[in-house]
Amino acid sequence: MRPAGLLLAVALALGLLAPPPAGAQPAAPASPAPGVAPTTAPGAPPAGAKVPVSEETVHEVAAQLRCVVCQSLSVADSPSEIAHQMKDIIRERLAAGESPEQVRAYFVEKYGTWILLAPPREGFNLLVWVVPFVGLGLGLVLIFVVLRRWSRRPTAPPGVDRIDPAMRARIRREMAEDEG
Amino acid sequence: MTGPSRLLRWLIPLTVVPVLALLAYGFRTDPREIPSPLVGKPASPFTLTAFDGTSLSLEALRGRVVVLNFWASWCYPACYEEAPSLERAWKAYKDRGVMMVGVNYQDKEEPARRFLSQFGHSFPNAPDQGSRVSVDYGVYGVPETYFIDRKGRVRFKQVGPVSDELLREQIERLLAEAA
Amino acid sequence: MTPELGFAATVAALVLAVYGSGAAALSGMRRRDDLRRSAERAAVGVFLLVTGCMLLLVWAFLTFDFSVRYVAFNTSLGTPFYYRITALWGALEGSIILWTFMLSVYTLIVIARYRRTQPQLYPWVLAVMLGLSAFFLLVMTVPAPPFQRLSPVPADGRGLNPLLEDSGMITHPVALYLGFTGFTVPFAFAMAALIVGRTGEEWITITRRWTIVAWYFLSLGLLIGGWWSYHVLGWGGYWAWDPVENAAFMPWLTGTAFLHSVMIQERRRMLKLWNLTLIILTFSLTLFGTFLTRSGIIGSVHAFSQGSVGQFFLAFLALVVLGAFSLLAWRLDRLKGQGELDSILSRESAFLLNNLFLVAAAFTVFFGTVFPLLSEAVKGTKVSVGAPFFNLVNIPIFLTLIFLMGVGPLIAWRRASAENLRRNFLKPVVIGVAAAAVCRLLGVGNALVLLCLGLVAFVAATIVMDFARAVRARRRTGDGWLDATWGLALRQNRRYGGFVVHLGILVLAVGVAGSQAWSTQTEVTLARGESAQIAGYTLRFDGLHGEEESNHAKVVGTFAVSDARGPYTVLTPAKKFYPQEQTPIAAVDYRLGFLEDLYLVLGEFARDGSHATIKVQVNRMVSWLWMGGLVLTLGAALAILPEPRRKPAPARAGQPATA
Repeated sequence: MRPAGLLLAVALALGLLAPPPAGAQPAAPASPAPGVAPTTAPGAPPAGAKVPVSEETVHEVAAQLRCVVCQSLSVADSPSEIAHQMKDIIRERLAAGESPEQVRAYFVEKYGTWILLAPPREGFNLLVWVVPFVGLGLGLVLIFVVLRRWSRRPTAPPGVDRIDPAMRARIRREMAEDEG
Repeated sequence: MTGPSRLLRWLIPLTVVPVLALLAYGFRTDPREIPSPLVGKPASPFTLTAFDGTSLSLEALRGRVVVLNFWASWCYPACYEEAPSLERAWKAYKDRGVMMVGVNYQDKEEPARRFLSQFGHSFPNAPDQGSRVSVDYGVYGVPETYFIDRKGRVRFKQVGPVSDELLREQIERLLAEAA
Repeated sequence: MTPELGFAATVAALVLAVYGSGAAALSGMRRRDDLRRSAERAAVGVFLLVTGCMLLLVWAFLTFDFSVRYVAFNTSLGTPFYYRITALWGALEGSIILWTFMLSVYTLIVIARYRRTQPQLYPWVLAVMLGLSAFFLLVMTVPAPPFQRLSPVPADGRGLNPLLEDSGMITHPVALYLGFTGFTVPFAFAMAALIVGRTGEEWITITRRWTIVAWYFLSLGLLIGGWWSYHVLGWGGYWAWDPVENAAFMPWLTGTAFLHSVMIQERRRMLKLWNLTLIILTFSLTLFGTFLTRSGIIGSVHAFSQGSVGQFFLAFLALVVLGAFSLLAWRLDRLKGQGELDSILSRESAFLLNNLFLVAAAFTVFFGTVFPLLSEAVKGTKVSVGAPFFNLVNIPIFLTLIFLMGVGPLIAWRRASAENLRRNFLKPVVIGVAAAAVCRLLGVGNALVLLCLGLVAFVAATIVMDFARAVRARRRTGDGWLDATWGLALRQNRRYGGFVVHLGILVLAVGVAGSQAWSTQTEVTLARGESAQIAGYTLRFDGLHGEEESNHAKVVGTFAVSDARGPYTVLTPAKKFYPQEQTPIAAVDYRLGFLEDLYLVLGEFARDGSHATIKVQVNRMVSWLWMGGLVLTLGAALAILPEPRRKPAPARAGQPATA
């Protein structure tokens, strides 16, 4: 159990620390409040110097947003036109100097938390992030307890009455074959 | 049958009841109905160019009740159902300080113009290039209609087609308020 | 005529199923042969009637009988011939018929195989299966009747959903349903075992092959679904953690756990309670899956809900789950375990960990799928749970499972000595670490991918080494090469079938890891004659042209693709315009390869064909998923082969059989 436990710990740690291959980096979101995201004219993010934007960053932000027409696809993955246009909006806002969190917050302000592909890690929503790991931990504890209980039981001598009916029938059958 | 064993026996089937109850609750909700976070907040300003070339801006409409309707020519049957109601409401209220604006969502110009001429819409309609306005209003699909009061705040969002009654109810309510 | 005939047949089948279920149950209670035979006849009747319904519906499809509502809503005059047949399961009502049909076929097989060999359990198995059939027939009668008359008869139908006009559509539901309904038989045997009180290994031994076959078809259904998503939907992915995908994945996870833990009960007579719980969970999850698809309580791209079907399914699910767990609770005293261990480090504990992680994954998927409902019920806010969540939690779980795949089959039962561990695992661990190091040197940077590849190498090494060791042993005792390898695999087909399945999973895992980490895409607008470069390919846009099909029009773009070695292929992605659809459907074109696929989606284009926007993806290692599925198939086939007849040998009587 020990090597398994060690590797489990490593895997869990990696899984929690490393970004999942899907590309979504769950960042702590700014809670949607008026005034956080600029409410100037749409498509014209705050005037300022143009910041070079990597497609990767656009993809990263887009991967956290839900495509409104496709269901279950992220804006990054969706082939639809609206997803395309949302990516343009993301790109523009990033180029105007907004941080990825601010762009996310903008969408949450307009659409509600539903637009996020994974609930923000706060309040009640913490539950969905925490419960699976807690459950896993409890399960490990349970298994450990059960295994210890099994390994403490006195070993009973094997006897004829320990063979269950299926095995007994099979032995009989094979003995019959050997003879026949 | 020992004591704890008896309790355990009853617990086993009962553990699934909360899950079943939650699923049953699911029938009372509609996954497609997403409440808008914009209700009660100031409406996002926009500037659009209508199909007839005129310019539309939300700032210029301050002081009037604004009905902002998002539609598309491919949105069948809902947009087709509500179109006559919108035109009727427009005719009834245009001289009473109400402005109706239609925004064409994810559409092509030809079918959009055909839609407009089919229903004879006399209120301004504009295409939403790049869906900037639609995203700014958190539009999930069409048709959706926003009711904006005289102070420029979003007061109500209708997801799905509007009826004559709904239009009258919301417009009257907002007209009664001071600017 | 047809709608009325079909409806009558449905009602008749329902009556027979209810009667048959009661008669079988009564015959189990009172040991009455005449009732049992009567129930069997009722089951045959149900089969004939349901088959008749299916054939009637197919006939209606083939003859464009739009007086039947289902036909009118799912085909049109232009729908091609083969899709008219497969439209049978294209929508809600038809899918229920398919399910009921499979259930009735399985019932007949159960009758044929077990009426003489399992006199005690069999009547109850029959009762349960007929009872389940009765429910589905009830759904076919009341909330979702396929034989509704449409009046006035329309001139043309609505047509099949264009996304369903695909080869994946023909096979995916069939495979998936074979899997779902396949789990009915072990479940029915489990219920029978509880009712009769024979809660030993019997029901497990009997249903072993059923479980493997059901599991296999479920795996196949999931893979075909992934393939369909990949080559039809235009986003280049194969799994979106959509609620209905999850709903099919959950029974697969618990079914896999069940497959493994029954081995412990067979060998060591432990975990009786747990195995019963697992099969109840697995079967319930298959019902939950169909409930989710048809109730509309969670939005999904798959959902085809309608009316009150959802409530029927929830009521049924509640009945089954509460009933089954009550039976379990009633027989609790007969489910005490009898095993013991000498050490925590043993195969039993590896299997228990395997179960824990599989069930944890199933629970995670369940919790994530249902959480939006919970959030709305408790807080009133609507949240959505998608890929980022599922990936984050499940990836560590799956990596651990891969590791366990290597440990489980080779670690000793009861207690693993240091010698056992060293002999079996030292070399594979070294190989695994070395593989990861080599990949790192080759340029793989992603830590998770490295871990995955290292684990895959580790597990592959354990499998190969074990097989090699066994072959060597047989050669030493005089067997020829053919007998040593092939013969060994056939004699111990359960073990080596399992190994081959594990190998299939490894191939799949490499495919998943590679496709997530190394795929790339770009979007570009090209004028006619212009070229673009991506990942070593050059694409030249050669123009657009229009085509007319029987039920849609399409605009096809031609793209000449060449790579460093010269012209490679010509791809023709298209946009299909169906009259009944609001937006055009993208028809992806792709060229599959061993290591990478080239994938093209046509976006916006100019009417005159002067330029077009395309999304180009180079999807790496995706073919490994399908290859893994193939290996899985071979492994499952090997595992369910009948035990080879033992050659009678002198002085061997009384020795227990191996593995």
